[in-house]
This record gives sequence, C-alpha cells and structure tokens, in this order.
Amino acid sequence: MIRVVLPAHLRTLARVGNDEVQVEVSGQPTLGAVLDAIEASYPALRGTIRDCVTDKRRPFIRFFACEQDLSHEAPNTPLPDAVVKGAEPFLVVGATAGG
Amino acid sequence: MSGVRLLVGTRKGAFVLTADGKRDRWDVNGPFFGGWELYHLKGSPADPNRIYASQSSGWFGQMIQRSNDGGKTWEPVGNKFAYEGVPGTHQWYDGTPHPWEFKRVWHLEPSLTDPDTVYAGVEDAALFRTTDGAQTWSEMPGLREHGSGPQWAPGAGGLCLHTILIDPSNPQRMFIAISAAGAFRTDDGAKTWKPINRGLQSQHIPNPTAEVGHCVHRLAMHRSRPSTLFMQKHWDVMRTDNAGDQWQEVSGNLPTDFGFVIDVHAHEPETIYVVPIKSDSEHYPMDGKLRVYRSRTGGNEWEALTKGLPQENCYVNVLRDAMSVDSLDKCGVYFGTSGGQVYASADAGDTWKAIVENLPPVVSVEVQTLA
Repeated sequence: MIRVVLPAHLRTLARVGNDEVQVEVSGQPTLGAVLDAIEASYPALRGTIRDCVTDKRRPFIRFFACEQDLSHEAPNTPLPDAVVKGAEPFLVVGATAGG
Repeated sequence: MSGVRLLVGTRKGAFVLTADGKRDRWDVNGPFFGGWELYHLKGSPADPNRIYASQSSGWFGQMIQRSNDGGKTWEPVGNKFAYEGVPGTHQWYDGTPHPWEFKRVWHLEPSLTDPDTVYAGVEDAALFRTTDGAQTWSEMPGLREHGSGPQWAPGAGGLCLHTILIDPSNPQRMFIAISAAGAFRTDDGAKTWKPINRGLQSQHIPNPTAEVGHCVHRLAMHRSRPSTLFMQKHWDVMRTDNAGDQWQEVSGNLPTDFGFVIDVHAHEPETIYVVPIKSDSEHYPMDGKLRVYRSRTGGNEWEALTKGLPQENCYVNVLRDAMSVDSLDKCGVYFGTSGGQVYASADAGDTWKAIVENLPPVVSVEVQTLA
C-alpha cells in the first residue's frame, strides 16, 4: 500500500477527514500508477490533480516524496523505494500561491 | 405555505438562504464547498429539489455538484468537459490566435422540463449539455463551429459563455451570450446558430457594428414574451422584439448605461431592472450610491430605487449572474454584491433590505419560488 497525503480541499472532496490515505497500486509502482490508483479509489478526485482531458498535472499541484520534487517527472518514473515500502508518504501538494 | 430559496454563489463557497412567502426572516445555510469559487448554482424548474452547482478552483479545476434535496446535501458528479474534435483558436487579448482551452463553467441552465438535462456555458466559450443528471457532458459544437469563432476575443473575465435562455414556447430555440463575441440564437435545437447583434454599437472594437465581437454582459427574457429580450451590454441597455434580429438602445435617462445585471419582473413583462455601474474602469456605483433602476416601460424611462440601499460610501459591484426575481405576488427582486451583501426586495423594488451582509464576494444569485 502506498501512503498518500492530500491537500485539505481534496481530503474534503474525497471525504477522508484529516488522515493520509492508502492506495494499492497494481503493477509497477510508478508516478502515473499511484495517480491512477488515487483516482480509482476516490473518483471525486478525477480532474482535480490531473486535467480530465489531457491527463496533465494541474499547474498549481506538485508531487513530493522523500524530499524530492517529482512534479516534472514522467508518468512511468518509479516511486522511491521508501514510498513503495510505506516508510514514507507520497505528497500531493497544492502550491502556495495567492499572496 | 409558499416560500423562496436563494442560491448564492461566492468566491469562497455557496450559501442557501430560505424564507417563507413574507420574505422577511431568512435562514442562512453554508458555506458549502468552503474555499472554492462557486460561479453559479441553479435549480431545475421541473424538480426544485434538484440543484446543480459549478464549483471551481485555480488549484483543482472544475467540479460539478448536484443536490437532490434542495441544497441540504451534495454529491460531486461529472466534471469532464472535452471539446468536440480539434477546437482551433480564438483571438487572444493582443489579437493573436490562441488555442481554445477549457477553464471553468460559468453558467448552468437546467432544462425547463427534464431535471436530468442541463446546459452549461463554459470558458473558453462553448455550450455543453448533459442528459443524465450531470454524470457526463457533451459539447454542442454547432455554436463554437459557427464560423466566427476565430474572431471571438475574451473580455476581462475571459472568453465566457455566461447566459443561456431557453424559449419556453419553442424547445428548438435558445439564446446565448458570450463576452466578448455577442449574442447568438439557435432555432434548431443547438445544431446551428446565428449571431444576433444587429443594432449593437461597441466603440471598443474596430468595427463598432460588427456581426460579432460585442461584449454582451447579460440577456433577460420574460417567459410570456420570448421574442422580446433585454440586454445589458458592456455599455448600453438594449432591447429586441424580434428575437434578436434587430436591437434598439433603451438606456434612456440612466445615469450611466454600463453595468452587468438585467432582469425582468415576474408578472410585468415591460418592467425591467438594472444596476448602473459608473464605468468599465471603475467597477462601482456612481457617487457612492447603490441604486437599482427600474423601468416600467420596457426601457428608456427609468426610476432610481434607493429605499434600504446604501446611499453613501458604497463602492461595490454587482456581477452579471447576481440578480434574480421570484414569482410571488408581489414580485421579489434579489441581488448580490462584490462586498458580500445580498439585498432583497419583497415589493418589486420599492424597498430593500440586506438579508446577509458579510459573505465573500457574491458571484451569482438565483431564486427558487417554492410551492
């Protein structure tokens, strides 16, 4: 299971309270696979992290894990081992913006 | 007992306000979707408990929410708005071609007869429809592919389709308006569209009487006279009596004819309301006085309605979707401001009262008249 930390608005949409969530990734644990798993587990989040039509990451969303910025990595990029083993969470972050 | 329900969209959530037929005491519920922009909420005329809401965010994109119980509870529904085919380009602010990109839903217009059918006006301008209660949306591409699309240019708020009027006497006929392309009409159920901008004059475009390019802010119709439309253009208040084939100016004695909202009395098709705003570079009322203007003659002759509205130091704006009328007797009139106030009149505008005063900036106000 992959641990995922979502921003507050997405936790509200997904109705998961304040906790991090856990998703099961089938196949190779990649960046794209964990995003697919998040959307499959929480359909209300479809379109909120990646654009519904283009599948591109929304400009004000970033992906962090193990003190690395994965935001600009390709979907087939493997997740860090610590994330795959559940030792570290995968972070979906709403960029700080607006003043 | 009859009553009313106000659906208020703001920059930071939605609010549902209810009152009985006296419209004197109000219950305020919300915020729903706190922190998100709610460009528009509207109930189905065929089932008042079915309400649709457009929820969006610069971070998380577009959501559509649906309520089946009059706004008490909500569920997210379909939010995929994909243009048909390759959408091409429209003009950008600097006149260069710019790719069509979906940004948000500005306006939701439920069908008059089917609670599961809703039209959505979006930015970049296009018309979408759902027939399954908003689970899925399909573009009605005849509008965007009308041919003049490459000439459409965004207004300051974006290239938005913000007004959708359904002709209650002819389901094949609809009217829409786009800032800044103008007004369009379909007579064949949205397969084909024609621009209906003859008579408009806009000094801020190269050809002031061009077929498209006009910054139409809002259209309004009385259901008993669907061929008579009223328009608040960027500047100028206009009317047509032949379904848009020809417009004439009815600004008359208004102190300024810039503004955003326009609406029609529920029982008097020649009584109309506007909120004059000083100018397009000063989005607030003239002289610090918030005044609704009413014409009982279908335009040209206007009276200021001020009782209960602030008459000094008031510098709020009233945006295009932020006025609505109920169908009680007497007709109720409602509007919301960028300062977070919602004003109501239970006597067709003669007197006003702020029913809430400190909401986030109000973007839209719709009222449902409940049996």
